[in-house]
Amino acid sequence: MSDRADRKPETGAFFPRDRNWHAPALTPGYKTSVLRSPQKALLSLDGTISEITGPVFGHSMLGELDNDLIHNFAKPGESAIGERIIVHGRVLDERGRAVSGALLEFWQANAGGRYRHKKESYLAALDPNFGGCGRTITDEQGFYSFRTIKPGPYPWPNGVNDWRPAHIHFSVFGHGFAQRLITQMYFEGDPMIWKCPIVNTIADRRAIEQLIAPLDWANTIPMDARAYKFDIILRGRRSTLFENRMEGN
Amino acid sequence: MVQALDYLKETASQTAGPYVHIGLTPNFCGIGGVYDTDLGTTMVSERTLGERITVSGRVLDGTGTPLKDALVEIWQADAAGLYNSPSELRGAADPAFSGWGRCPTGGEDGAFRFETIKPGRVPFKDGRPMAPHITFWIVARGINVGLHTRMYFPDEAEANAADPLLLRVEHRHRVATLVATGSAPSYMFDIHLQGEKETVFLDI
Repeated sequence: MSDRADRKPETGAFFPRDRNWHAPALTPGYKTSVLRSPQKALLSLDGTISEITGPVFGHSMLGELDNDLIHNFAKPGESAIGERIIVHGRVLDERGRAVSGALLEFWQANAGGRYRHKKESYLAALDPNFGGCGRTITDEQGFYSFRTIKPGPYPWPNGVNDWRPAHIHFSVFGHGFAQRLITQMYFEGDPMIWKCPIVNTIADRRAIEQLIAPLDWANTIPMDARAYKFDIILRGRRSTLFENRMEGN
Repeated sequence: MVQALDYLKETASQTAGPYVHIGLTPNFCGIGGVYDTDLGTTMVSERTLGERITVSGRVLDGTGTPLKDALVEIWQADAAGLYNSPSELRGAADPAFSGWGRCPTGGEDGAFRFETIKPGRVPFKDGRPMAPHITFWIVARGINVGLHTRMYFPDEAEANAADPLLLRVEHRHRVATLVATGSAPSYMFDIHLQGEKETVFLDI
């Protein structure tokens, strides 16, 4: 709460989600969606106070290594194997305003494309020094960064020979629960992006391109880590100038 | 020519995938030592005001099979009907209650369970009181965009009958998909992703 105590809280409802921009629920090319997709129309409603409000996470909850996946699971003095990278960017809303205090949580496979999970069956090796999760909170200007290794691509049971392009999962909280978002970040230049049935659940090429992080040479740290820049856009919200006042009041 | 509106486009959602628990509840799936505890596990402390309740349920696919790789989050008002959020301008919420919880579905039966308090009533946009409710958000492998819905209480028939959101449900038999079963203090709320009992999901 104290993180943005000097800010006037906003109370406007959020811009409607552009359902043609997002993937539809039913995308048969991604087979798991077939039995997990609602088939009836969503009930549309302008946001109420139950959706325009949302939880606040303070920077004090973060541990020192939460934003360092190279070290946050590693034995002392050791580090995860793989291409060292920095992922950084800003969280903005659709109006271009910085979203401060946004909790970002991320998870990924290791450099060989293997997740640390009991249901994972890919034969690639586990890295004893890599857990695969991290988190951070954006600063007053919406900036965030974390350090990790570049995840590997991996095969998955969907089509006979489907592979996921290298990607990092992101979970994002904004200022209202209606902004809650989970997405995936891809890496510039990966030819596998366009072969992926999960990527291709999204029909609009521009929406896919917005998920691809460019190599950021300017922020690459010499002799240490390359940088990728990934900005995340959350739903904008209306000005409340003419709202929240009942007729006759 | 006119001036450009120049709004940005929301980052497209992608499925949380089969390993959402690695990212959001790592301790639950055996990745210990990174975080002390999984976020959102404990909602209520001794100091929290209000009537203690539990809400448990499952997320079921179109064949009625419970999902064991889903993640459910809830968001609710405190006992007095105030949200613990900077956008809450009507008063100060109970400082001992964040109003937010997170639970993976897993284990043998794929159940989720929240220990929380019964929320107070909050107003609709036009000032009418809404019936007490808890906001739900569900993500999982196979769900491309996280699903929003609400849980109402079975012992609030009068308030439910006048609730502005429930009144908007055209097919009245579907209202039941938004109302928990059981009674205080133990409520059950199954979420059906599709089929005859498909839960009413919200574009909100």
